[in-house]
Parts: sequence; structure tokens; C-alpha cells
Amino acid sequence: MSRKAQAVKLLDEQGRRVDGRLPDEMRPLKIEVGKLKNADGSAYVELGNNKVIAAVYGPREVVPRHEALPDRALLRCRYSMLPFSVAERKSPQPTRREIEISKVVREALAPAIFLEEYPRTAIDVYIHVIEADGGTRTASIIAAATALADAGVAMRDLVAAVAIGKIGEVLVVDINGLEDQYGDGDMPIAMMPQLGEVTLLQADGVFKPEEIKRALEMASKHIRYIHSVQVRALKETYAKVEEGEVVG
Amino acid sequence: MAESRFSVKVIPTLRKDLLLASLKRGERLDGRGLHDYRSIKLQYNIVSKAEGSALAQLGSTKVVAGLKTVLSAPFPDAPDQGVLIVNAELTPLASPLFEPGPPGEEDIELARIVDRGIRSAPAIDFGKLSIMPGSKVWGLFIDIYPLDYDGNLVDAAGLAAMAALLSGKIPKAVVEDNKVVVLEEKENVPVLNKVVFVTIAKVGEYLLVDPSLEEELLADARITFSFTERGEICAIQKMGAGSFSVKEILEAQELAEKASKHLFQVLSQIV
Repeated sequence: MSRKAQAVKLLDEQGRRVDGRLPDEMRPLKIEVGKLKNADGSAYVELGNNKVIAAVYGPREVVPRHEALPDRALLRCRYSMLPFSVAERKSPQPTRREIEISKVVREALAPAIFLEEYPRTAIDVYIHVIEADGGTRTASIIAAATALADAGVAMRDLVAAVAIGKIGEVLVVDINGLEDQYGDGDMPIAMMPQLGEVTLLQADGVFKPEEIKRALEMASKHIRYIHSVQVRALKETYAKVEEGEVVG
Repeated sequence: MAESRFSVKVIPTLRKDLLLASLKRGERLDGRGLHDYRSIKLQYNIVSKAEGSALAQLGSTKVVAGLKTVLSAPFPDAPDQGVLIVNAELTPLASPLFEPGPPGEEDIELARIVDRGIRSAPAIDFGKLSIMPGSKVWGLFIDIYPLDYDGNLVDAAGLAAMAALLSGKIPKAVVEDNKVVVLEEKENVPVLNKVVFVTIAKVGEYLLVDPSLEEELLADARITFSFTERGEICAIQKMGAGSFSVKEILEAQELAEKASKHLFQVLSQIV
């Protein structure tokens, strides 16, 4: 086990993690759909201590107009961590990390959207991390994909995501803030659950070649579960609509 | 946050048909096989004022990287560890696709991929950069500037950054009477592991090593793997608006691992 992982004991003798989970156990996941009135689609996600809200506007007119694409929608995505979401106040200006995450989240969502159905329009995805505890980009993807579906944007599939971490030689699913800080590796993975296509893959830390395959298998399983929670949240919302209840 | 200027660049679909037809024959439009790198040229110690420097060329893609050392305060959670800052700027000198202005998402992504590979491996023994634990350590600044962009900046930038570290000499610093004294004497950068970056582009059903600019523009998606010499993976980044099947990722990983050997060979010329 690395020097870092020893400094904070991330796995006990029984193989339990700092929050009592087993290596292959996710944190509790809660998804609520359509909580915002102004947005065309929205979703609120709680993943353990993470609280993330995503709003989708569009397809709508592109401003500035010269950015419009003749053959497809312009997908824009902004991931922001709110200043009070972390232990030390974070300045509200976008950090380099946030700029990179905005890009990879956009590229994780893009393959799922029929962008070519909406030429000369913009689809804007805004993500606010209200509270952060490791895995905010994966929680953001879960929220954003659900919000896109809520907005009625034509999609090939939903997108769900989970991070596989490494503690010593053990692969663990859905790492929390402590495990991210003191663990030996972090591999966020997003997939279109039904098509089985990977739309986001990043990694830092040191992984053996065969661990990539195992991590992808482990992630696929949990992504199928996350997908079922997304679908249930969407269905529940629209079942209420059918019953005549006002949503939002 | 908007779509990148790479993907906005218009390229005739005819070129894609042509490329796909060529790939079907097992050949790329520039005559390479699917898994070949372009010719690689690596020069180092090209800037005498820098503590380390290198110019890496992949075909006509040219990237220069420089290493400067700055006496710095350590991070509070790592008081006895040196500091690494990697920065990249895609300036309009290198391509009509690059615009002037503050760093955009491609600039930041490029720098952060190289940073992650170097940091994760770790390429540097950060403990050896400590001078006065808790107050003074060496900060290593690696600045990456493409000069000519013809695709695959990540691999070229990684090569240039690693070469700058391997060939770099940093001043020796000692503590005398509780003060840091920087000596004339220089020593090697404490390199622990060499790392290289290999990018694979997916065009239709084909996986291409070291994509050219045109291939990059026509690609569905790209993926970069960073390797240590032991074949471990120390960074991954999928880029672009398309997707990979799990099978394709594992194939790309294998291709990248094979290709990484070639890059390590190129780096081994630095002594």
C-alpha cells in the first residue's frame, strides 16, 4: 500500500471503507426530476454527500448568433462548484479544473444527443455543485443526462457515470472525497447504459494494464443500476403529470 | 464551455469517405500503417536560459517545452514536497485554428493531461525538491508551446516535457543559518520514472495511432494513455464528442502500450 494510503486508513481489516462500504458498494443515490420552473429540464442528484443540480435550456436560439452550427445543435456545458460547496471557500471564478470538467462532461453527453435534429440551435447545460464530496463530475453527468431527458431533447440513450478508485491494490467503486484525496487512483467512467458505449474515461494514479478492464466491468454493472434510478425518477415525474398533478 | 474550435472546423465529408476507403486497404492518407507514428525528432537543451528544454516533432507537429525552477512555498498538506505547475498555451502562431486570448479549454486540458501523467507516475521525486520543509521547496514550471499544429499535440507535448525534465539541470540549494542559499552548482532533475503519452483516434471502426490534424478533425473520438516504462497506466483521457465501446478501449490500450515502447526508445537518447 502506498505511503499516502497508509497515512489515512482507507480499508480496515474486514475490507470495509472509511464510510463502512464494501469495495463494490456505491453510496446512496437519489434523483429528483423537474424541480426548476424556468429551465426546460432539470434534475437534482444526491450521491452520498454530493448535492448537484443540473438545468437544461434549449434547444433555443444561439447567442451570439455566429456560433450557431448549420448542421447540428451547439451543445454548451458549464460545471461550477459553488463557493460554499467545499471546506475552504472556493472563488466563484471558474478554475482550470472546472473548465476541463465542463469540457469532458459536455463530451460525455454529446454522443447521447441527436444534435443533428436541432440545427442552428443551442442546448445549454448548467451544473451547480452545491456540496462536494468526491465524484462531483460523475454526479454531474447523472444529473445533466436526466435533465436533458426531462427537457425532452431527443436522445439515443441516457448517460450514467461512476468513478472507480484504487486503494492499495483494491479497486473500489464510487470513491468519496477522502478516498479521492488519499487513495492511489481515480478513474471516472461514463457510459450510455443501454448501448454500452463509453463516453467519458479519465484516470490518474497508477493502474496495471489488466486493472483497466476490471474497472470498466465494475463500472458497467453500477452504471446499469444508476440508469435504473434515472429511469425510475423520470417515470415517477411523468406519472404524476398524467395524474394531473402539477410538477415543478 | 462551447464546442471546441477543432470540431467546428469544417471539413468535407468526401475527405472522410476517402480516409475510410484508404483505411479499409490498411493505409492512411499520408501512407502510414494504422499503428505507426510519424517520424519523431527530439532535440533538447535548446534554450540555455531555461533549466531544461526540448523541441519535439511528430511529422510536422512541433512543440517546445521549457522548464524553469522557482523557489516556492510548499502546499500546506505536503510541506516537504516540491511543486509542479504545467501550463500550455495554444497560440495563433501555431495554427489558424488557434485564437489569441486567455487559455481556452483545449489549452487547459492539454496542460492538465501532461500534468496528471507526470504527477501520477510519479515522474519526479518531489521529496528531493524540498529545501527547507514547510517553507521553501523548488517549484518546477513546465511551459508548453506548440509551434506548428498538425495533430496530436498531447503526445508531442508529453515528449517535450519529459525530455526537458530528463535533460534539465536545476540549481543546488542549501540552508545556511536558516536561510536558503542557491548555489552556482547544478544537478539533475530528480526523475523517478519516465512517462510517455500515446493518443489513439477512432475513425469509423478503425483505431489510429498518432492522428494527423486531418484524422483528428475527422475522428469520432480520441483517447490518450500515459505509460510508465513498466507498462503501468498513469493517466487516461477520452476526448471528442464520440464514444468508444469497451472492446475498442481495451484494443486502444493494447495498441498504445505497444506504441509507447517506440517513444521510450526516443527518450532513451537523452543521457
